[in-house]
Parts: sequence; C-alpha cells; structure tokens
Amino acid sequence: MIAKRIIPCLDVKEGKVVKGTNFVGLRELGDPVEMASNYSRAGADEIIFLDISATNEGRQTMIEIVRHTAEQVFVPFTVGGGVRTIEDVHRLLQAGADKVGMNSAAVSNPGLITESSERFGAQCTVVAIDAKRIGDKWHVMTHGGSKDTGIDAIEWAKEVEARGAGEILLTSVDTDGVKSGFDLALTKAVVSTVRIPVIASGGVGKPEHFPEVFKETDVSAGLAASIFHENTFTVKEVKDACKQQGVNIREA
Amino acid sequence: MIAIVDYGMGNVANVKTAFQNLGYEVEITDSVERLKMATHIILPGVGSFKAAVEEINERGLLEPLRELANEKPFIGICLGMQLLFERGYENGLSNGLALIPGEVNIIETEYILPHIGWNQLQIENNNPSFATFQDKHVYFVHSFQARTNKEYLVATADYGTTIPAIVQKGNVYGMQFHPEKSGETGIELLKVFLEETASVGGQME
Repeated sequence: MIAKRIIPCLDVKEGKVVKGTNFVGLRELGDPVEMASNYSRAGADEIIFLDISATNEGRQTMIEIVRHTAEQVFVPFTVGGGVRTIEDVHRLLQAGADKVGMNSAAVSNPGLITESSERFGAQCTVVAIDAKRIGDKWHVMTHGGSKDTGIDAIEWAKEVEARGAGEILLTSVDTDGVKSGFDLALTKAVVSTVRIPVIASGGVGKPEHFPEVFKETDVSAGLAASIFHENTFTVKEVKDACKQQGVNIREA
Repeated sequence: MIAIVDYGMGNVANVKTAFQNLGYEVEITDSVERLKMATHIILPGVGSFKAAVEEINERGLLEPLRELANEKPFIGICLGMQLLFERGYENGLSNGLALIPGEVNIIETEYILPHIGWNQLQIENNNPSFATFQDKHVYFVHSFQARTNKEYLVATADYGTTIPAIVQKGNVYGMQFHPEKSGETGIELLKVFLEETASVGGQME
C-alpha cells in the first residue's frame, strides 16, 4: 500500500524561509536549501517551497534555490507561488523541481492547468486551493488568502481535476496558523469529490493532528510548516504518532 | 564514464546527481560514439511511451541501444524501464527496445491514477541481492505498467494489482520508480545494480 506522506512546507520570501500566522506577520527562519536538506534526511516524504517573494529579484533567487535543492535533496519537491505562465512552470521544472504548484493564476486563467498538464504531465501539475468557509460553502481565496473569488471550492476542485491537475494542495484559510488541527470537514469534502491525491494543509499544532486527518479522511498527504521549523516537533515524532495509530507511513 | 541517454524526455539532472554522488563521472549524451565509450548505460525518461520511441528513432538510437545492452550494464528508469519491453500501448501501439519479453499497458486498479507516492517493495523469486529491500518504500509516479514473465521480476509493488517495480534479464535492469528520488533506499538500490553488473564490463570506480 501507498504510504501517507508527511510534507514540511517552506514559505520562502526573497531567498529566506519565513512563517506567519493566517498569512500575515512574517518572521525569518533560515536558509531554504539547508532546511530542505535537513528535512529530507530526517525522513520527510516530500518538500514544498512556496515562493511568497514580492519582487522579480526574489523570484530569480528562487530558481537558484531550486537548482541547489535538486543537488542535495533526494525526495520529490514541489515549488509554488508566483507561477503565472507556462514559462514559469518550465523554468522551475528545468531548475530541478519535480512538481509545480499554481494558485491565483490557475483561477484567473484555468487554461494554464490544461497547458501544463498536456505539456509536462499531470504528475507535475499541482493546483493549490486556499479555501475559506463562507456560510454553508467554502470559497476559493486568492492573493495569499485575502481575496474572496466567490468561487465554490468544491466545484473548483472538480474543474482542476478535469483540466488535468495531478494533485491538489488544499489549504484551509480558517485553520491556517491556528494549530488546532487540520480542517477535517473541508478535507473530507474535497477528497470525496476528486480522484486525484489531495494534500491537506493548515492548522497543525502537534504530531497527533496527522494521524487524525489520515484516519478521519482519505487524504494522501499532510503538510505542516511552523511545528517543524521551530523545532517544536520532528518529522520522526509525527511518523511515530502515525505509526501508533496504525497509519501506513514510510520508515526512512 | 556512465552515460545517461539524452533523448529529450524529462529532466535527467537528478539522475546525474545521484550517480555523481556515488563517485562516478557522468555524461548526458545522445552521441552513439560516446555511448559506446561508456561503462554503463542509463535510460531515464518521463512522458509517454510513444513519444519516447519516436524521439529514440529520430536520433537513430534504437539499434545502437539494443547492441549496447548486450555488452554493458544497462538500466532503464521509470519510462526508461517500460521502453525495455517489446510493446507499449500508451497513445496507441508502438514497439520498444524488446530487451525483456513483455508489454506495457495502463494500470488496471480500482485505486486512483497516476500511481503516485511511496510504495513498498515486495522482493520476488527470493532474489538474494535485493533481499534486504523487502518492504522498503520507494517513490513511484506512473500510470502505465509492464506485464512480463515472473522470471524477470526482482521486485513488485501492490497497488490493488501487482506492479513490476524492478525487472532484470542478464545485465539489463529496470526500475519503475525513481531511485534518484527515493532517499537513501534509492541510492542503495543503484549501488546494488552497479555491484551486480560489475562483472559484465561495468567497472566500479
């Protein structure tokens, strides 16, 4: 059986790893290549970089980071953030990324998903969906979780699958940074709608939140940032918590 | 020098880095002359079977690769492993390198496709060289799989159906997963390939 994946996520701004709460209030944490390499050795099943740089220089730095990471990290890694065009996708893949994530640009130009999937394959086309509870629905949010598009997140998940996305990175804007666990209702709703792997993101505060989302939903992977970066918990502690609950994980 | 066959199918930099880290000189090339000088031939690849066969034919590499596979340690990785077989049915029928009997078809499973993620190896035929890899996780990304005789299976993975993960016939090996993306286990598996084929012209460096 396929193992459930544990994925540390690194938010990168102008070449440095940063972390905020609910998408605001950023703090610097360290060097992305070094941190990715450490996580890979510690048993992370995959690494995700989200480029939140505001400048072109920052984006250019990201290409260099991807190149150095590919030389040192021997698990798959995904790069997202600021991906606007098919050329952006191509550049990141050429630099050594295994998958590329697209978010706001996919919403404003859904053809980008189709084009990436047809040209580079579904396996490297990841669509990130930031969703927020509005009434009895979830809406797709863009621009770092600040702008409500009014689009139904479940319908959007169906569409990105139909357009050839190979995976969905699903972040709950409501639980992100709150540390009280993954958004189980949102995760369940999306996972039961699509037939592509979903990565749950947003809300991890302790290792037990991982086995919880794996037992309560059929999600393929769980992502966390701050609990790993601040050395609050290690990847191994998360995997031990999963193992204790009978979740199938990879022993590195 | 280890040669990685360059035929325009996917990023091969990670495969190169993996062999370099094992202490080998590595060259990415589509030159028959350079391939002939290599100690080992690595056939990587991501994409569709048909497109790969067309690229190989366009570069006049089909017959040279078949000949090199008789002489040197040869390993196909991911799509490169699928190309070792006689036929593939992705986007219509096309002929592969026919180095191992069998064909390549879409995975028939009730699970979601692509088969993506870390899956466990099941060692077949009590293969002694790979015995220590029983239950080890390696990283797969594919929707098509080989169908071949049991005698060529070194390892399989269970994904609602049995998927050949490592195949071998003489000095020709294939790995369906990405050893270069499978952490320590992947690197160890490449080492075993290098050790197992050291006697057939592939000098260890």
